[in-house]
Amino acid sequence: MEPLTWTGSLGTFLNPLFLFALFAFAVSVLGFILLNIVKPEPEIRAVNSQMAAEAAGGPGALLGMGLRYSFFAILALIVIYLLAGIVTPYGFAGIVGEVGVRFTPVWIALVLTFVLSITYKRKLGLYGKLFDSLIGMVGFALVMFWVFTAIFAGVFDMIITHPVLDQVSGMKNKVPGTPLGNPEPGEYPHYLLGGDTLARDVFSRMVAGSTTVLLIAPAATGFAFMVGITLGLPAGFYGGKFDTVISFLANLVLAFPVILLFFLLVTPEIREYVIFSIFSNNVTFPKFMAAILFIFPILFLVVLWNSRFFTQPSKRNLYVALTVIIGGYFYLGLAWDADPLGLISLDGGVLIVFVSVVFVNSPTVFRIVRGLVLDIKTRDYVAAGQTRGEGPWYIMLWEILPNARGPLIVDFCLRIGYTTILLGTLGFFGLGLSPESPDWGTTINQGRRLLGVYPHPAIVPALALMSLVLGLNLLADGLREESLKD
Amino acid sequence: MGTFLLRRVGVMLLTALCLTFIVFFMTTLYPNLEKLAKTEGNFRMSDEAVASWLDKNGYLEPLWKGYGQWLGVLPGHTYTDEDGTVTGACIRPGMTPEEAPTYCGVLQGDWGQSITLKDDAGTLIATRLGLTGWLALCAFAVMIPAALIIGILAGMREGSRMDRSLSTFSIASSATPEYVSGVIFIAVFAASASPLNAWLSEMNLIDGRTLFKGSATSAMKDITWANFTLPVATIALYGVGYIARMTRASMAEVMTAQYIRTARLKGVSFRAVVLKHALRNALIAPFTVIMLQFPYLLTGVVITETLFNYKGFGWLLVHAASTNDIQLLLGCSVVAVFVVLVTQLISDIGYVFLNPRIRIA
Repeated sequence: MEPLTWTGSLGTFLNPLFLFALFAFAVSVLGFILLNIVKPEPEIRAVNSQMAAEAAGGPGALLGMGLRYSFFAILALIVIYLLAGIVTPYGFAGIVGEVGVRFTPVWIALVLTFVLSITYKRKLGLYGKLFDSLIGMVGFALVMFWVFTAIFAGVFDMIITHPVLDQVSGMKNKVPGTPLGNPEPGEYPHYLLGGDTLARDVFSRMVAGSTTVLLIAPAATGFAFMVGITLGLPAGFYGGKFDTVISFLANLVLAFPVILLFFLLVTPEIREYVIFSIFSNNVTFPKFMAAILFIFPILFLVVLWNSRFFTQPSKRNLYVALTVIIGGYFYLGLAWDADPLGLISLDGGVLIVFVSVVFVNSPTVFRIVRGLVLDIKTRDYVAAGQTRGEGPWYIMLWEILPNARGPLIVDFCLRIGYTTILLGTLGFFGLGLSPESPDWGTTINQGRRLLGVYPHPAIVPALALMSLVLGLNLLADGLREESLKD
Repeated sequence: MGTFLLRRVGVMLLTALCLTFIVFFMTTLYPNLEKLAKTEGNFRMSDEAVASWLDKNGYLEPLWKGYGQWLGVLPGHTYTDEDGTVTGACIRPGMTPEEAPTYCGVLQGDWGQSITLKDDAGTLIATRLGLTGWLALCAFAVMIPAALIIGILAGMREGSRMDRSLSTFSIASSATPEYVSGVIFIAVFAASASPLNAWLSEMNLIDGRTLFKGSATSAMKDITWANFTLPVATIALYGVGYIARMTRASMAEVMTAQYIRTARLKGVSFRAVVLKHALRNALIAPFTVIMLQFPYLLTGVVITETLFNYKGFGWLLVHAASTNDIQLLLGCSVVAVFVVLVTQLISDIGYVFLNPRIRIA
């Protein structure tokens, strides 16, 4: 097998085109900046005078056209690079093309999502409005790319070319596109993005890492939101002593440097430290914290159902019972590792990472929720609800919370990104997750030792992490813009 | 104002006490102490030997007492041997028990000994803080002007093409944590394999094999362009985006205000409106944000110093935490916590001073 080049035979005639498009784009951007500097101070403008000026012609219009066309040419060429491999024989489209082929299910799922969403966008509320903003769409595409990748790789075992922990002899630190020495029949013949220091496939590890990251980050953020909302609602609504105490505690956690907290919480000694024993179950430090933090979602849901349906006891009892049984089952399995059926359990390393990330995030959520409640509780509809005889928890959960959803959804997106960064930080310091774990932070940590000589094992997960966080930030920006338009 | 300040300082001290107590509690959990005893004594110590070693060195005091001794409000621990020799935390080598001070804690300026680095923790922290100070100073000197300019340019004409592109840049930069940008910077500018460096050395534009250095260890003695650019850029990049976005939001809000419109209508040029009327009011919010950026800067410093092997405060913190060097770790956490709390205080006070609409009696 020949080593693959980045763009393969396809590149021989596409690369010059691509370089030309890049050059044209750079020239028009530079021209634009120059034009803006040289241009004399305009008189007081009408709202869309810039567009009018461009329509009128002149160098601005020419540059604008150049900018637009070269940009679209670059985009189109990138799409061709990525997708050409699907129709051409193996190896023709180079590394980029073959990576594109591996992601085929993701492309199909993405196209389907976008076609369906754009068709029905007027019926889909805030989610549909997202497709009115370009920034929001780009962000959504990036996020969904990784979500689909995580699903297809984690559930269906697609995309990945080699098993994550397989070490192939002779592939140590090999550059991207190196063929395997003597591949067995049916084995993927190349390491698409090269091999790492332990001769494992960088591409497969990066893809598998997305599953780990996308399992932990959104779930941890969700738990942090449950904790923050459950404590922030009453703190803002009632105020008083409860508010003072909880706010002080939240500020305490916030004043703690995150990195120090991680080092204190996640060292092996603390992880194995037994606080007390109960029912012959040793309660270690992470378990203790998990036991406290994981109870909040159940608490939240029980109060939610009870405040709404306490006038219909049969319905209320059903919902509360379901929540307690299902939630309690997960609670026992996740926090106490005591699932009666033995199905659900969390690895100790994952548990402490999960718990510390929730712990770091929840005070910020608490502050946001508290601030929102302080603002919303002065509104007329809250007073109207009180006059109608609604209970305080009904007002908090069914009047105030739905009206605070806009900022909370935006913050949720941003916070998943921040949690991803935190997870990466933990991995970077080798805390928590096992060194074999394919998650991006741990992989960056392993790759950074030989960064000067073999950059690819660290660069690949770094770019993956960056693109996911970027997608989440763009998505949050688009959502904020669209929700402000209401 | 006086009572406000007093109350804030009081809350700050209380927070600092609570936090240092938590750190003290977590670093002196028994498994940590056991590890300490084994690294100090020998690894094959029996459990009794560990216990007696710990007792002799005063680690087995009750939590409150130990914390008080470390803080310097309780007399330091002393231990009398069977043969009558008195040893104690405050009795340094070459001192008799009589001349040793009774109290030796942080309040007396005694930060204890670092076990792994065999030096006084206080001096260690002070010198390393100095090194980190240079890094942080350079990073701030790059980050704040860049962020403010980007934010103001983007915010002065909301929705324009300039705003779109600068906002996208700031979003991208705040999506790039230090360990990502650092890795990319090293791979592009400091790896001999990178095409940029190959091209540059072929053209004889650089002396060595790479444009910048991937390690900043030499910058501890002598800061040069080659060894300090990458760490500074790494720290600055993550912060730029966030401050720029806050500045943009604040600027965009000010630009819609009535008095800006009035100024424009009476014929003041756009440049003068931005520089004289809008800027001062638009910079109040970013000031708070910049001050609150310090805690994040601390995380950034820790990551960057580890990545570039620059042995400053962040490196010391990681070292102390991973070797469980108790006294050193406690000292580092006190400094870290105080940095956070003091910046919070400054940001609160500064906000009151800058914003004439807020007056606290």
